[in-house]
Amino acid sequence: MISKTTTLVAGVAIAMTGLAAIAQEPDQDGTSEFRTFDPVAGELLNFAGSGDLAQTGGEAVYGAVCAGCHMPDGAGAQGAGVYPSLVENDLLAAPSYPIYLILEGQGAMPPLGGIMDDQQVADVVNYIRSSFGNDFNGEWGEATAEDVGETRQ
Amino acid sequence: MTMTRRELLGAVGMTAGSAAMYYAMASLGHAQDSTYQGRISLTGEPTNGRRVLVLGAGLAGMTAALELRDAGYDVQVLEYREKAGGRCWTLRSGDTYTDIDGVTQNVDFEDGNYINPGPWRIPYNHHGVLDYCKRLGVRLEPFIQKNHNAYLHRSDAFGGEPQRFRHVATDYRGHVAELLAKATNQGMLDAEVTEADRETLINSLRTFGHLNDDNAYVESDRTSQYRGYAREAGGGRDGAPVPSEPMDFETLLQSDLWRWLSEAETTSHQNAIFQPVGGMDMIAQAFAREVDDLITYNARVISMIQNGDTVTVQYEDRENGGDPVEMTADWCVCTIPFSILGQMDHNLPSAKAQVVDTMYYEGAIKFGLEFNRRFWEEDDSIYGGITYTDLPISLISYPSTDYFSDGKGVLLGGYVWGANAYQFNAMQPDEAVRWAVEYGSRIHPQYPEEFSSGVCVSWHKVPWTLGCYGIWQDKERDYAGVVEMGPDDRIVLAGEHLSYLPAWMEGAILSSLDAIAQLHVRATDSGAGE
Repeated sequence: MISKTTTLVAGVAIAMTGLAAIAQEPDQDGTSEFRTFDPVAGELLNFAGSGDLAQTGGEAVYGAVCAGCHMPDGAGAQGAGVYPSLVENDLLAAPSYPIYLILEGQGAMPPLGGIMDDQQVADVVNYIRSSFGNDFNGEWGEATAEDVGETRQ
Repeated sequence: MTMTRRELLGAVGMTAGSAAMYYAMASLGHAQDSTYQGRISLTGEPTNGRRVLVLGAGLAGMTAALELRDAGYDVQVLEYREKAGGRCWTLRSGDTYTDIDGVTQNVDFEDGNYINPGPWRIPYNHHGVLDYCKRLGVRLEPFIQKNHNAYLHRSDAFGGEPQRFRHVATDYRGHVAELLAKATNQGMLDAEVTEADRETLINSLRTFGHLNDDNAYVESDRTSQYRGYAREAGGGRDGAPVPSEPMDFETLLQSDLWRWLSEAETTSHQNAIFQPVGGMDMIAQAFAREVDDLITYNARVISMIQNGDTVTVQYEDRENGGDPVEMTADWCVCTIPFSILGQMDHNLPSAKAQVVDTMYYEGAIKFGLEFNRRFWEEDDSIYGGITYTDLPISLISYPSTDYFSDGKGVLLGGYVWGANAYQFNAMQPDEAVRWAVEYGSRIHPQYPEEFSSGVCVSWHKVPWTLGCYGIWQDKERDYAGVVEMGPDDRIVLAGEHLSYLPAWMEGAILSSLDAIAQLHVRATDSGAGE
């Protein structure tokens, strides 16, 4: 069973009807190449990397990639299979396990080491280990870029 | 322009290498000709048990169900969704699609318009798919893969102005031919080409690259016949055509637009290439007409246990709830993607279970964007085919059907892999579509004015696959052991992920045919001694 039945149909419709109107607004800063909407600062990092992620910091990296399956609130999702919840998840206690999964992938999850550098992986690992009801960085220590680099080898 | 032989060969090699690398990605691994041997023949009575459970009603599952039922088996199929077809799927007007996070998109296209979120074309050498289309009465029409009048585009080339494919293709070929002719005449290729062949080579380059008598690629009536005229030929006054000026080689080389020139030339993309009339799921519907009575829909399989002589499967009824339902059969064809199977309770042999657990699923996203009119036809004379771009949408594909029609038209507004696909996946549909419209508008400025509605399908958010297609950690090492039905197995595995045509429908069908051939040997006397 699909556990949630939220629908964003109304939101889609509103966003769509707004497009033509926005496009007719004069270019606000005169330099933006954006034609159909004015992205806010954080949005400009979307797709800014060529083949990798431009976002930095755990929260931004999580929001740009991980949240797609594990959801913005870390609760995961269920269909024919599940995307595991990260909420109060003891498997995240030691940094090595999430580092390994991010680099190697497993099941539905593809390896992401190719689009993130060591620091991005470390940051997002520490973010999920200190969010969603988790608080592991103090007791277990934080992941470092060096840890990620060693796991890659 | 002068160039040493080393530089020349280096440039050509670099081009070929980059292109080859790109195809390796774009064609999803080894794009081989299909090994389809014609309609499968399963002769003999299944005396060692005739009850077969098929898990999954995609193309692999329905192929197995259709053929095994015809061979005398008692077949039942369990399907998670409310309909058959799996990734052979079409979204059209009135359809709804709900992501794994519960977000529903209503497809608001005009009647007749559609988008194929999964497979969208059938190469001429995918003999299995084509044979089933013929057998099951699926009408096919040409899919336009290569259109010389579509665009190639990079944001940092030609000031972001899209270039016609025919300009880039003709000029690149012409300039390369000129260089090679020059190198030959200057004696730089003497070690590679015999004296007798040099003249033949030069002649061939003149023909191949449309060079003039001085072996130069220049503005001329001849080159304009390939790249197009500055003013096309007409009648009456001003009827004489005006030749167009080729781009210079340095600009063209640096533009990087040449990377897409061979895109339509792998055997998986060459002409002829087809699509079903009305949407890819016409194939799914045709199969379902044959085997619908065998399928239990809304059945979420939760366990699959083989024990000696039988297989026991449990599923949850997604519609009516209640306790899990148990079914027992003599044999089982499991087509459930490993992204799902790995989370189920099963007792596959450990070597297989290991691969089930470690196969990962690639992401991809497709956009279907509907516009108020077919401006790409009316304004740009683009009838089908594909525009390639370095923008995050990767490409725009124009509909290969209903040309010149009034009313709205639907583009494939993006087909994205890799880092960009992951970022699109993390967006809600309305946000992702907004970006697809933005990027497309940089190639087609008509977008904002003409946009009507859009849908997107990100495969990691598809509840019944959790990804687009399966990728092996070590296919060379593990493949044989997983696709083989072991002597103690009552379960055989099938699907695109168990083929060397991953993500292609042909891979799903060929895998299924091989699986049921193995099952049949075991279930008939021919396998009794094994």
